[in-house]
Amino acid sequence: MIGTNKATETLLKVENLKKYFPVKKGLVIQRHVGDVKAVDGVSFEIYPGETLGMVGESGCGKSTLGRTILRLLEPTQGKVIFEGQTLNELSREEMRKIRSQMQMIFQDPFASLNPRMRVRDIIGEPILIHGVLNRVEREKRVSKLLDVVGLSTHHGERYPHEFSGGQCQRIGIARALAVNPKLIICDEPVSALDVSIQAQVINLLEDLQAEFNLTYLLIAHDVAMVKHLSNRVAVMYLGKLVELTSSEELYLNPRHPYTIALLSAILLPYPNQKKGRIILKGDAPSPVNPPSGCRFHTRCPETQDICKVMDPELIDIGNKHFVACHLTIHTYEKIKVGNSVTNHQ
Amino acid sequence: MGRDLLIHVKDLRTYFYTDVGVVKAVDGVNLEIGIGETLGIVGESGSGKSITAMSMMRLIPQPPGRIEGGEVLFYGKDLLKLSEKEMMKIRGNEIAMIFQDPMTSLNPVLTVGEQMIETIVLHQKVSRSMAKRRAIEMLERVGIPEAKGRVNNYPHLFSGGMRQRVMIAMALSCNPKLLIADEPTTALDVTIQAQILDLMNNLQQELGTAIMLITHNLGVIAELCQKVLVMYAGNTVEYTDVNTLFAKPMHPYTYGMLESSPKLELRKQRLDPIEGHPPDPYRLPQGCNFAQRCRRIMPVCEREKPTLLEIEPGHFVSCFLYERVKI
Ligand SMILES: Nc1ncnc2c1ncn2[C@@H]1O[C@H](COP(=O)(O)OP(=O)(O)OP(=O)(O)O)[C@@H](O)[C@H]1O
Ligand SMILES: Nc1ncnc2c1ncn2[C@@H]1O[C@H](COP(=O)(O)OP(=O)(O)O)[C@@H](O)[C@H]1O
Ligand code: SF4
Ligand code: SF4
Ligand SMILES: [Mg+2]
Ligand SMILES: [Mg+2]
Repeated sequence: MIGTNKATETLLKVENLKKYFPVKKGLVIQRHVGDVKAVDGVSFEIYPGETLGMVGESGCGKSTLGRTILRLLEPTQGKVIFEGQTLNELSREEMRKIRSQMQMIFQDPFASLNPRMRVRDIIGEPILIHGVLNRVEREKRVSKLLDVVGLSTHHGERYPHEFSGGQCQRIGIARALAVNPKLIICDEPVSALDVSIQAQVINLLEDLQAEFNLTYLLIAHDVAMVKHLSNRVAVMYLGKLVELTSSEELYLNPRHPYTIALLSAILLPYPNQKKGRIILKGDAPSPVNPPSGCRFHTRCPETQDICKVMDPELIDIGNKHFVACHLTIHTYEKIKVGNSVTNHQ
Repeated sequence: MGRDLLIHVKDLRTYFYTDVGVVKAVDGVNLEIGIGETLGIVGESGSGKSITAMSMMRLIPQPPGRIEGGEVLFYGKDLLKLSEKEMMKIRGNEIAMIFQDPMTSLNPVLTVGEQMIETIVLHQKVSRSMAKRRAIEMLERVGIPEAKGRVNNYPHLFSGGMRQRVMIAMALSCNPKLLIADEPTTALDVTIQAQILDLMNNLQQELGTAIMLITHNLGVIAELCQKVLVMYAGNTVEYTDVNTLFAKPMHPYTYGMLESSPKLELRKQRLDPIEGHPPDPYRLPQGCNFAQRCRRIMPVCEREKPTLLEIEPGHFVSCFLYERVKI
């Protein structure tokens, strides 16, 4: 271990990560005609024991980001550093070992479970793959895991189709926990479930985090749920992060025009809440040929000339509140200049 | 009730007879919609929302399904008693329907224009060129840019949000009295959902079409509906106006559902879920369908099924907690 070195304060560090999918045309001779820029230069850190939420609309690259971090997809560019080790530099064998530290929970609880396997074998599979326990120990651990996620040992004898959506998600969570991971990437863990069942799984995720000191990267589009579970939240738009801050700050003081529109579009479960809703024009553009400059400029209510030509960087505007928008940077510069003037007086 | 009812569904029952048993998908649903009114239907998946809508339109696949009882009164006339030919005049013309996934209801090999013209000519007895003009006008109205050109496009050339706009244009092209929208925004992102709901709201105010909106999203209900019907395992469990439902939910399921979702504007507190899961539709309990999960269960709840009663003026609830009040 690296001891008290600063590096231990971040569990996972993502540096300028990119994942492009080539677009090919032609039936016989395939020509490379472009790229789907699913993830296009994303950087952030996750601290041990925290939950970092990742929100954004369908197709903005959330799942691709999660899978590229785990190297289920090879990155096009950039680095993923887990506990000080750069994953991209690891051999296959080293990667296999470290993968037990990082697990994933998927959106579709049914599709992510093998229908021909008994539940106990599904949960025991990662233990088998990582070869950490013998058969007796493994069975004991599977029973313990079933108990931890609120199922009983006899459920282990059944097959996935005999379970409801919420129960299947519990099985998926038990499988992810089987090899004592440090980090779990939860990709839309409750969005396929009914409201009343969502609350059960959300509480379970919280309890497990406290009990096993887990760190979560929580990918979801439901902002209320993400705010509830996360310490910090990142907002993604067309392959890039546009804002990153604590979940309270994001809700109370959103700074990026996209975040502001996203929050204002959320329908609260109360009647007569017709606040000044921002209705964005059009759809999100295609990630194949993303707009020049700021990618949000085609829909942004605040677009300036500079936005069409220059891509704003993700900048700390104070207290680790990161925003990628020319407007914020300019107003911030103005405030800073204003402050320093008053300070001098 | 004394108001002008457009549609009044009484004790609707639709069952499916499958190899493994009988599914009572809809087992006693009651609802009413006034002229120009918006009714929201909420409930978990499998609670019978879509089958209620399909039964009202007489679109149940038969076999395995069968409408076993009840009435669907449209301007006082029972749709369940009409011949198929009479029903075809109602569908798409007097009552139109849009679905969660627009691709399943758009024909991929016909242009959007061809599909719209077909419906308009069938119901409105106008020429094809008149129908085309009407189609373009409707597409413009729902915010399709360059509608004159886009009318000749095939459905796959439209994005998800655009397809839902096309569906709405198509559904409203014959000026229906009632639009049934089954999860119209569930597949869409929140910013696109906001666009579509805004559009539906404006169109309703302009055209005065009544809407029956099926959703599992309580925010959508709060935004768009005047009345709300809550379904659980094939039954109507609560029915009232939207303000009362959110301010004073009476059925334990409604109460639990409202309590269990995270609230964006509140400081974090632990969620209070409804434990357990809905009953197996093949093996519904003898008593109240919610009994296994109910915190206020009483001995009678396991023996008998509660009936939907008007507990307060305009507030209908199906639960023994309130039947005792009446007795
Ligand atoms: N294997 C692939 N080949 C080509 N394009 C892909 C591939 N996987 C994803 N993409 C594209 O990359 C972009 C990002 O996809 P991704 O699945 O990461 O989105 P997402 O944010 O998870 O969306 P959702 O909220 O719908 O799950 C999309 O445009 C998608 O079509
Ligand atoms: N063709 C069918 N055969 C058998 N059961 C069906 C069929 N269609 C629907 N059901 C059942 O009817 C019940 C209600 O379904 P549905 O109305 O689609 O629910 P939702 O409220 O999610 O719209 C469910 O239990 C469903 O499985
Ligand atoms: S950089 Fe410009 S276009 Fe982009 S979000 Fe800011 S104001 Fe809008
Ligand atoms: S009838 Fe009984 S079990 Fe059913 S909801 Fe009411 S109190 Fe609960
Ligand atoms: Mg995804
Ligand atoms: Mg449905």
